[in-house]
Amino acid sequence: MPLKLTINSVDKMVDVAPDTPLLWVLRDVLNYTGTKYGCGMGLCGACTVHLDGKAIRSCMTRVSGVEGKAITTIEGLSSDGQHPVQVAWEALDVPQCGYCQAGQIMSAAALLAHTPHPTDAEIDTAMSGNLCRCGTYPRIRQAIHEAANANQGTTANAS
Amino acid sequence: MRIDRRSFLQMSVLAGGGLALNLYRSPLAKAQGPGKPPDLTPQAFIQIAPTGIVTIMARASETGQGMRNMLPMLIAEELDVDWKDVRVQQADLDEKKYGPQFSGGSANTPMGWDPMRRVGAAGRQLLIAAAAQTWSVPAADCTTKSGRVLHAASGRSAGYGELAAKAAALPAPALSSVKLKDPKDYRIIGHSQTGVDTHTIITGKPIFGIDMSLPGMLYATIQKTPVFAGKMKTANLDEIKTLPGVRHVLVIEGTIKPAAATPWEAGMDSGIAIVADTWWQAQQARKQLKVEWDPGPAVAQTSEGFEKRAGELLQAPPVTTIRKYGDVDAALKSSAKIVEATYQYPFIAHATMEPQGCTAHWKDGKLEMWTSSTLPSDGRGLIAKTLAIKESDITTHMVRGGGSFGRRLQNDYAVETAWIAKQIDVPVKLLWSREDDIAHDPFRPGGTVGLKGGLDAQGKLTVWRHHLITFGDDKHTASGGEIGADSYPSGFAPAYGLYTSAQPLMLRTGALRAPGDNAYCWVAQSFIDEMTHAAGRDPLEFQLDLLSNKQVPWSGVGPDEHEPTGQDALVPARYKGVLQLVAEKSGWAKRAKEPGRGMGIAAWFCHLGYFAEVADVSVDESNKVTIHHVWAVGDVGSQIINPRAAESISYGGVIDGLSEMVQEITLSDGKVMQSNFHNHPLIRMKQVPPIDLYWIKTDYAPTGLGEPTLPPILPAVGNAIFAATGKRVRTLPLQKSGFSLA
Repeated sequence: MPLKLTINSVDKMVDVAPDTPLLWVLRDVLNYTGTKYGCGMGLCGACTVHLDGKAIRSCMTRVSGVEGKAITTIEGLSSDGQHPVQVAWEALDVPQCGYCQAGQIMSAAALLAHTPHPTDAEIDTAMSGNLCRCGTYPRIRQAIHEAANANQGTTANAS
Repeated sequence: MRIDRRSFLQMSVLAGGGLALNLYRSPLAKAQGPGKPPDLTPQAFIQIAPTGIVTIMARASETGQGMRNMLPMLIAEELDVDWKDVRVQQADLDEKKYGPQFSGGSANTPMGWDPMRRVGAAGRQLLIAAAAQTWSVPAADCTTKSGRVLHAASGRSAGYGELAAKAAALPAPALSSVKLKDPKDYRIIGHSQTGVDTHTIITGKPIFGIDMSLPGMLYATIQKTPVFAGKMKTANLDEIKTLPGVRHVLVIEGTIKPAAATPWEAGMDSGIAIVADTWWQAQQARKQLKVEWDPGPAVAQTSEGFEKRAGELLQAPPVTTIRKYGDVDAALKSSAKIVEATYQYPFIAHATMEPQGCTAHWKDGKLEMWTSSTLPSDGRGLIAKTLAIKESDITTHMVRGGGSFGRRLQNDYAVETAWIAKQIDVPVKLLWSREDDIAHDPFRPGGTVGLKGGLDAQGKLTVWRHHLITFGDDKHTASGGEIGADSYPSGFAPAYGLYTSAQPLMLRTGALRAPGDNAYCWVAQSFIDEMTHAAGRDPLEFQLDLLSNKQVPWSGVGPDEHEPTGQDALVPARYKGVLQLVAEKSGWAKRAKEPGRGMGIAAWFCHLGYFAEVADVSVDESNKVTIHHVWAVGDVGSQIINPRAAESISYGGVIDGLSEMVQEITLSDGKVMQSNFHNHPLIRMKQVPPIDLYWIKTDYAPTGLGEPTLPPILPAVGNAIFAATGKRVRTLPLQKSGFSLA
């Protein structure tokens, strides 16, 4: 079934079964492989993307339900890693194996979009749907605070 | 000194906890093959462009241990270039050119420390020779700095880029002859260098095995026998072939023969491979499969059955003596107090975040592979054998993998991919579902341990008797189920007996991060804590005292065993050092003793590294355990090569160990009962305590960090739970001892 998707502000036509999870349309049909498969059950968060700015699990999201909505993947979060979350992630060298990190970054970016200065407890709540087998959690916490501080800097400069 | 795989094998035999002797030795020895190790040359590893940009080949597989940074950093330091001018490129599999390319046993640091620095220094020497020839001056009068050769007397200098062509044509010096830097002059080693793949990862660009894409590539999934060593009898294959997107449906006969001790790399499972235009279509078609299986003898296996048989074996005299010194029975008889306990730990799965998979292309009788194997030479050999082709007809590209933890040392997924590729002649990417990945993991084998310890009237340990019930038969042990004769407190207990008995197991098993040690440390350090309390002594003081006993050297008795001597055997001063510092940092001596809250301490030596850890926990009225803080101290020698990455992997080991406390794989009717992260969980962010990490630098060559950081956290938490509640955790997962993590 032909569907029109808006991914990273670009319209894409795809012809797939309507119950195909968004994850597999992104990965295998459109070649946006930054979004990862981890569990297929919404348990690990590796497949996290933004749907109209909210973090969702693309492995549990039927592609037919996202027509007309703004989908953002890790590839579209910024041009060349300039989003404050990505900058902090790189500055602190957060990844170990790196496989879960796109999902972690998308969850962190969604958190900061509505909670610019989260507490540790708010970070824990927002990020506890994202698993990391390597145990990068301490670095992730640190990086989210650093990104929040960078946000503050930007706001201060702008005002 | 050159550390090649052969000497690595010897060295690792000597590493505590019996790690590589039993758990890595066989696969790595097989991978090594006969003959003398290769002579490494700077030309193989270093390319310098006229611009001065230096490309360094990363030889080892990378699944998150940071080997693509660590090994090239060693070369770059001695080559004397700036890290900003270095580009790292992953080498293809070619061990004649690069030496060992596996990542296992925390071995890349000890194995690479000397040769990789010498490769860099030899490259520097060639560049100096090229400059000296050009200028007709003695090489001894030239120096280097930041990618330039300098001749101070004449004020001349030349960039490496200008000299590279000439240098590359010169004969490489013997690596043993080159001069290495004084560590105080290091500008790269000991300075945190951001991961060479970090930018690619955080921008979501393709880099993992699962991201491979080739023109015309198809996607494969496999429905494997749900019971190990089962066989497909019939299936509705014709119907499956008609489903949307399906291109091929292939029956895999399987090569596994059920046996009491399943070997490392057990073989191919029987199953049905479905190849389609997308992986989702292949998976959808798979859901329509109707298969009749012949489950074979493994269908009789259940966790309850294993537990029952282990109980029987525990009551019977042990079958195998791993190590015995002193008169164990007499010492037990004459002890003032005897402590007795049984510990049990479960099977667990690796569950790497990236499920297993691989990409392959069969063309004109040759095979090209893109694999995240951490023991790729073994994989190439297995593929050649399975497909009846020559190893020289296989090209192996090494692709970053999303975690390994020992999982990707086995190559079952790569053999499957190669087999499918050969049937269909177009590029194919195999991906296991998460459910496949958990059900068909080479599990960390479970075990049951019967312990008896004696104390004299002064509360000093007199004897330690250790009976491990593992899996296998009288002659062979299931992979990962072995125990080393030097497993602590072997050598420190005044009398000591270590025995095993085994029951048959038809299941894939293997090496999980800190294999053996991830279980044996928990058992030994928990039981030492029990002995301490029975003696009415302090856990730190008791263990320091035990380490002060005269060490009983282990003289190997079997053909595969070596005598641990010198710095490769457990050094009590290093073990004591990490214990004393972690006690100091955690405020051990002044710890509060209040109901519901407690601290536990534990330490371990394995993979040539020493770690001590303290956990501070509270336990509420419903037995939910909150871990408030962890202190960790490590001693891995004289130099931390890439400090931030070293810290990260050490935090990771602690966190991974916490996950292992709540995981369990069980069998019912021969089938694995767990399937995904809801019933084989990983620790989540909110459960992770702050971790304070400290290093002790000692005058030993640097060793690896992938593994030794993990084992102590399990007993540290268990001992803290005891301190908080008076209840001893003797069965893992924690749930089976009545606790859970908050």
